[in-house]
Amino acid sequence: MARSTTTQRKALNTAFAWGIGLLIFFPILWTILTSFKTEATAIADPPVFVGFEWTLENYTAVLERSNYARFLWNSIIIAGGSTILGIIIAVPAAWSMAFVPSKRTKDILMWMLSTKMLPAVGVLYPIYLLFIKLGILDTRVGLTIVLMLINLPIIVWMLYTYFKEIPGEILEAARMDGASLREEVIYILTPMAIPGIASTLLLNVILAWNEAFWTLNLTAAKAAPLTAFIASYSSPEGLFYAKLSAASTMAIAPILVLGWFSQKQLVSGLTFGAVK
Amino acid sequence: MGRITLDQVSKSFGDVEVIPPLDLTIEDGEFTVFVGPSGCGKSTLLRLIAGLEDITSGQIRIDSQDATNVPPAKRGLAMVFQSYALYPHMSVRKNIAFPMKMAGIAQDEQDRRIEAATTALNLTDYLDRRPGQLSGGQRQRVAIGRAIVREPAAFLFDEPLSNLDAALRVGMRLEISELHERLKTTMIYVTHDQVEAMTMADKIVVLQAGVIEQVGSPLELYNTPCNRFVAGFIGSPKMNFLEGEAAAKYGAHSIGIRPEHLNISTDEGAWKATVGVAEHLGSDTFLYVHPEGNEGETMTVRVDGEFAVRHGDTVFLTPREDLIHKFDAEGLRIP
Repeated sequence: MARSTTTQRKALNTAFAWGIGLLIFFPILWTILTSFKTEATAIADPPVFVGFEWTLENYTAVLERSNYARFLWNSIIIAGGSTILGIIIAVPAAWSMAFVPSKRTKDILMWMLSTKMLPAVGVLYPIYLLFIKLGILDTRVGLTIVLMLINLPIIVWMLYTYFKEIPGEILEAARMDGASLREEVIYILTPMAIPGIASTLLLNVILAWNEAFWTLNLTAAKAAPLTAFIASYSSPEGLFYAKLSAASTMAIAPILVLGWFSQKQLVSGLTFGAVK
Repeated sequence: MGRITLDQVSKSFGDVEVIPPLDLTIEDGEFTVFVGPSGCGKSTLLRLIAGLEDITSGQIRIDSQDATNVPPAKRGLAMVFQSYALYPHMSVRKNIAFPMKMAGIAQDEQDRRIEAATTALNLTDYLDRRPGQLSGGQRQRVAIGRAIVREPAAFLFDEPLSNLDAALRVGMRLEISELHERLKTTMIYVTHDQVEAMTMADKIVVLQAGVIEQVGSPLELYNTPCNRFVAGFIGSPKMNFLEGEAAAKYGAHSIGIRPEHLNISTDEGAWKATVGVAEHLGSDTFLYVHPEGNEGETMTVRVDGEFAVRHGDTVFLTPREDLIHKFDAEGLRIP
């Protein structure tokens, strides 16, 4: 009796989880499907799911009209650069918060997180002016710095929770063994935190890749990443849903693949410390 | 060389003074044990010597060099932690080699010392394993190996055996004592277990609430404890204390008598008592008795060999007069 209820329960839970999963995935699936339709089928009412003539014409059109490789390259530089820069800054910051906390450490952590609650548009004006003054508007350097700063609180938080799990005695042992602070971080702390650093890296690449507000507002042509590539197919062109979908699919494909292969890492990174 | 001198060393965490100023000298080659109940400041004192905590005032000298502001890495001391604190991402070999790598010792010398240490510690078969694949005793050996190879001025042990099971603990205790005999290096050993203290130490430092109660050899502490706290802490089972009339007879506020210094008889003696729990171990008999007229009290009696009494039997106790410890109202020893 008890067994059958658990089995039933399990089946229900599984079905429920699949339902939620499909619901979340549906917009992406729909985008991908639409990208293989002709413009006419794309706006057909009622919508067509699979029974349409598959075509690659949108992809050819998009590739002909825009320089996909350049947008892709900008995205890689900006997402990768901001993440690496963020990690370099966040490792020492998280180290000090985790292992030599002061009375204010908790407050600082909360304060850092609180910056994420501010609507980005609130600081658009000052940052835009700052960019003009510094001459870094529409440059990859400028965007890399802004995205690094935007994601830094999350990077620090994630590394902080990871470092907290490393027993302090092991670092003390390294100190007793004659390791300097630098050697302690390089030989002991970093290797022990590799899984945590890896999932932090991944999450931040994804966040930076998908970031659209700053990348759209602070770039024009030279430094424009894939978000701008998608945007260029929206409103001014009218209702070209199929081409817009093709552009979107091409923009999210690399990160989708990356996310798919690293989902185990990501989940363990995001739930780290939650069970203890 | 490893002579360590603490000169008016104190430690406060915020407004809380955990160690009031104290003086202590640990001679070169000496096996010193810091012992005391939990929270007495013994581990903090060790960490001050290690340099893992900064002292609030005073001076620490290692071989007459002022080490007060020297970082732990430069003090030339090795430490074995309660949790072993091995590097989980490194093999046993790399764990042991780590301090030598930090010291920039040549590779062939490193290999020679690893070979010597792992042979002595029975670890040669495990060199390529990770700490996670070792048992508790093996991990503790690796931690000791890591401490040995750097040839420190002194070893610091912070309750190294408390995570091991009882049988292993006795074995490791002997190994550490053997190690000290062989290396003749200064060792400071922190424990709350007075048996470890008694069996291993050349010198025991008894601490309570950050204050040194007494320093002396194990037998000095056993024979002439300077106050009631030391008398009660050293020795197993614990010393029996009597106050009131029984003590007044000896001109003291309280008297202490060790369980092994009570003569017991079933027919006659100084004090009549009823047997409570009786533990028959064959080699010894431990009796927990309730003295007549004061049934709420429990006195412990240790008798060599078997002594056939049972719960509820009446026995008579006679203390050995020359082995009675007398204390005044402040708990200090009356000579």
